[in-house]
Amino acid sequence: MTPSQSLAQDLAELDLIVVLRHAPHGSQWVREGLDVALVAAAFGKRVALLFQGDGVLSLLTGQQAGPLGQKGTHPQMAMLEMYDIETLWVSGSALAQRGLMPDDLMLPVRVMDVEDCRAVAHAQLPTLVF
Amino acid sequence: MALTYALLVQGAPYTHQAALSALRFGRAVVERGHRLKTVFFYHDGVHNASALMTPPQDEVHLAEGWRSLHRGQGTELLVCVAAGLRRGLLDEGEASRHGQIASNVAPPFELTGLGQLLDAMEHHDRMLTFSP
Repeated sequence: MTPSQSLAQDLAELDLIVVLRHAPHGSQWVREGLDVALVAAAFGKRVALLFQGDGVLSLLTGQQAGPLGQKGTHPQMAMLEMYDIETLWVSGSALAQRGLMPDDLMLPVRVMDVEDCRAVAHAQLPTLVF
Repeated sequence: MALTYALLVQGAPYTHQAALSALRFGRAVVERGHRLKTVFFYHDGVHNASALMTPPQDEVHLAEGWRSLHRGQGTELLVCVAAGLRRGLLDEGEASRHGQIASNVAPPFELTGLGQLLDAMEHHDRMLTFSP
């Protein structure tokens, strides 16, 4: 199966896409976006996460609560698999702009190019953007 | 054809345009003959539900705007309880449960869970997000 076929198959099976565009620290965006994804999965929805822009930073390995005093979002990331959220899409250009490789991330992801992102948009699935 | 709408409001009142745009959109939906069934307040949008909101008299009163949609349409005004508790938005029940001295969320606003947001997405024809 070619990568584009597997993306089409993912899109056909999904109920909800949650887009994460913010860095994991400094705001509640990632935390509250992940909360929606986890609750949806607990309700039996098939959920994909799309990481764009600074959102890719929330997948970095080696995160800690850190000196900002927030809890951080890495414990929620670690729960994704338990909730069967395994469709994780990451913008390839967002990774490249930040000098990151998929190996720098704590979970296995599909790196998305422009065509992939276009396919996601065209699928017009229920989508929440955080 | 008349459609049913839900709005997700994630912007704090007066800080960003999101909440006012959502209210104006909600009114336009009703004027066009559609049904605005649910407004869900999440992230900093929960501050729209404060019963203590007191803007100057020459400004739009956002909380009153939401309440008037409820009076006219029966629009549900749902506030995420987890996002609200963190930010100090509590109804009487939550205030007494947590030993707080006062509450600031009153009907027609209701504290509820994220399941209600997913329900609204599933059951209404359209769902629009208003974020800063």
